[in-house]
Amino acid sequence: MSDLLKFDLLSASIALKNKEFSSLELTNAYFEAIEQTSALGAYLEIVKDHSINMAKASDKNFKNGTARPLEGLPIGVKDMFCTKDIKTTASSKILENFCPTYESTVTQNLWDDGAVMLGKLSCDEFAMGSSNETAARGNVINPWLKNIKMSPGGSSGGSASAVAARSALAATGTDTGGSIRQPAAFCGITGLKPTYGRCSRWGIVAFSSSLDQAGPLTRTVSDAALMLNSMAGHDKKDSTSANLEMPDLMNYLDKGIKGKKIGIPKEYTQDGISDDIVTFYEKSINWLKESGAEILPVSLPHTKYALPVYYIIAPAEASSNLARYDGVRYGKRNEAASLDEMYEVTRGNGFGEEVKRRIMIGTYVLSSGYYDAYYLKAQKVRRLIKEDFDNVFEEVDYILTPSTPTTSFELGKKQDPLSMYLNDIFTVPASLAGMPGISLPVGLDKLGLPIGIQLIANSFDEPGLISTARVLERSAEFNFIADGAAK
Amino acid sequence: MNESINLKPGQINGETGIWEMVIGLEIHAQISSKSKLFSGASASFGAEANSNVSLVDAAMPGMLPVINEFCVEQAVKTGLALNAKINNVSIFDRKNYFYADLPQGYQISQFTKPIVGEGEIIIDLDDGLQTTIGIERLHLEQDAGKSLHDQHPSKSYIDLNRTGVALMEIVSKPDIRSPQEAGAYVKKIRSILRYVGACDGNMEEGSLRADCNVSVRKSGEEFGTRCEIKNLNSVRFIIQAIQSEAERQVEILEEGGKINQETRLFDTSTGETRSMRSKEDAHDYRYFPDPDLLPLEFSDSWVQKIRETLPELPDLLKKRLVTDFGITPYDASILVEEKDYVDFYQKAANGKDGKLTANWMITELFGALKKENISLSDSPVSPENLGQLIALISDGTISGKIAKDVFAEMMISKKSPSDIVKEKGLEQVSDDTEILKLIDKVISENEDKVKDYLGGKDRLFGFFVGQVMKISQGKANPSIVNKLLKEKLK
Repeated sequence: MSDLLKFDLLSASIALKNKEFSSLELTNAYFEAIEQTSALGAYLEIVKDHSINMAKASDKNFKNGTARPLEGLPIGVKDMFCTKDIKTTASSKILENFCPTYESTVTQNLWDDGAVMLGKLSCDEFAMGSSNETAARGNVINPWLKNIKMSPGGSSGGSASAVAARSALAATGTDTGGSIRQPAAFCGITGLKPTYGRCSRWGIVAFSSSLDQAGPLTRTVSDAALMLNSMAGHDKKDSTSANLEMPDLMNYLDKGIKGKKIGIPKEYTQDGISDDIVTFYEKSINWLKESGAEILPVSLPHTKYALPVYYIIAPAEASSNLARYDGVRYGKRNEAASLDEMYEVTRGNGFGEEVKRRIMIGTYVLSSGYYDAYYLKAQKVRRLIKEDFDNVFEEVDYILTPSTPTTSFELGKKQDPLSMYLNDIFTVPASLAGMPGISLPVGLDKLGLPIGIQLIANSFDEPGLISTARVLERSAEFNFIADGAAK
Repeated sequence: MNESINLKPGQINGETGIWEMVIGLEIHAQISSKSKLFSGASASFGAEANSNVSLVDAAMPGMLPVINEFCVEQAVKTGLALNAKINNVSIFDRKNYFYADLPQGYQISQFTKPIVGEGEIIIDLDDGLQTTIGIERLHLEQDAGKSLHDQHPSKSYIDLNRTGVALMEIVSKPDIRSPQEAGAYVKKIRSILRYVGACDGNMEEGSLRADCNVSVRKSGEEFGTRCEIKNLNSVRFIIQAIQSEAERQVEILEEGGKINQETRLFDTSTGETRSMRSKEDAHDYRYFPDPDLLPLEFSDSWVQKIRETLPELPDLLKKRLVTDFGITPYDASILVEEKDYVDFYQKAANGKDGKLTANWMITELFGALKKENISLSDSPVSPENLGQLIALISDGTISGKIAKDVFAEMMISKKSPSDIVKEKGLEQVSDDTEILKLIDKVISENEDKVKDYLGGKDRLFGFFVGQVMKISQGKANPSIVNKLLKEKLK
């Protein structure tokens, strides 16, 4: 059985088509893996009967020669995606028994392309966090170190941990300020945040509407391309969804980067970045150079404002987006004598500390008297940050940065929210600019923890992003498997 | 109060002198759209509770609003009819507050950049004068749901059918100076909305509601502190509420007090306003642009296309009625008040005496309908039948007096006037010989009075006319009776 776990999404897809094994066999292998790795806490919900039915249906399609692009491939779903008749909680107590009657566009796209659903994956509560420690149902463990409980990153920590632990062939994630790329980096896998507007937000529990974007967490760049092909697409139900055809990313896997220009932003090499990461960042630069790219120093002068801007805009939108969790229509309700008291106890008990902190920050920055100084100013600076990227993409094709300033940290060790927020320092700017970014593993640090490198492309240049990431992936030859992965 | 002072409407004679009112209105008009502003759910009125609720309306997790283009068109149409600036780029904002019938925890509205900017309309006052009232803006927004507090001793029930229904908020400038002007303003806006078809203007069903901002000042002074009276749903209440609120403010100011800027409610049972919440308790709505929606953008040519679909609007229509039908501007202004009035009138008056038709419609028909509490659309008298009645009067088939009887019969039986006239033999007698017979009869029966008349008692002429009419059962043509009697009694 365990042999089946060695296949990645693309190779499993080929093997299934060649009838080397069935989707049912593959899916069962993953349920064994889920059981084996259950101590990691990645899954909130498994839906075995449902999965098996989907796998059987896929096997029928293989038999009939009607296989679709993701036919029979078992994947996990971050709990931010609403899934029809399957509990969707956003890792929050306030939605602990919420079961949607509808399916998010992105997951529907995946099922329509034949993917098999394994279950729902943990994340930070309402995707607010960088360590998966804000999840209502407890921590998720990074499978890389057996003896120390390390954070998988966040907010898509369950997704990243499951893919790294081989308890999912791939998983969906959402990225608001780095929630796909940072956990991918921490867990030694590939995480792609598409251009804002590429994937429909319809049916994804909203955190920060102007930033949220769904994307894949996978073992390889090819897998990311294969999965994003299915996830992306215009959706009339999301007014911010881009009405643009995405080219078949599988055609861009081997385009190479000869003659392409890669920008190295000087603002991304600051104090506080770990030596091992600096080393691999430099290695990565050299690999790209050796592969025929031209390396150019560039400047994104407003980078230092990105984190403060993000921590104004995202909480502002969140404070409004989370107002609907009021105990009136669905989700948890604590009864009380008056409406206002009911709100207080329901929301007071239903939300965790980090969510409450952000709701308060967001409420504050939108309040009359503070709006201009915080929210409005942040929006202006966000425009400047976007212009920084626009200017740099006049000169270069892609930007290379570390994904995170450090590798994973021990669970429970980062108590101060500000130092937690610093985790996203390299991922937040591209989110604010709406540009696509990918993190891929390039090596291990002294402790044996994965190091992620980030490539950023211009809006809607996912094809080029994939080509470039593939070059880096080949050079890095990252073939390590997490210690805690299913065997 | 000094009764001898001749106060203009909107003036209040206080202890310290004459005060004037400054009034601004915010009208909430529900757009006549089958579906809601941001969801596909039905916007119809009167459905079973919570039956017209989509996932978006119920604010389920991950649901997103999508703008209803029909509603955008109606707002632009209305803006054009208000002679207002159309903003080619406008933005939807979130107005954040918690309430049980507001599922999202915010209302999607337009704050800094509304779809329609400044405009103006002309209103007609009872004394025949006109005045211009400025429009500040018109914006699109969602309606909230309904809380039902009287269904259970300790619980409230929520009906989300109205949640997300499209509203236009039309904000006037503080140009209104009397409750009567406010009433005329609301009527004019309602009339324009109905002409354009953007809103049915039905105040009983809540499709049109007004918030009134009222302050008082001495003539020439700066604006005073205002209070806002919320949610008035009839012209009569608007007039009463403004008058009572202004009087309340004058009383406070004359006693040396200060007006607290606050939101007030009008109590229809007492005819007075009472405090709902003060400025200190006012919500901080934390408006910000809704990141789920792109800015609304459209081209000049699209606006031009909408402009071409606009119907003839009341002000121009009024002028045309005066020229085409020869009616007075006053009658014309009554007829254009409602689109269905004009439609009815134009059908009835087609090829008939326009002036006579207007008189009959305004005096007789409106009077009868009002008495029976029937709306014009349900009138038992059709425009065609009213026109026929006018024709019967004009060609002398029946007299004006008989016509009133025929009309009364038409109101009951819905029959055509010619049928009624025929059935009851009510044709006017205009034949000289027939009438002379009647005259001879009256003269022979009243020889003494004839003598008196001839002897100089001129007043008796009316008696003879009356007698002739009486024995003709009202059918004799009065002008011929007059003429022949005069000849006979020379």
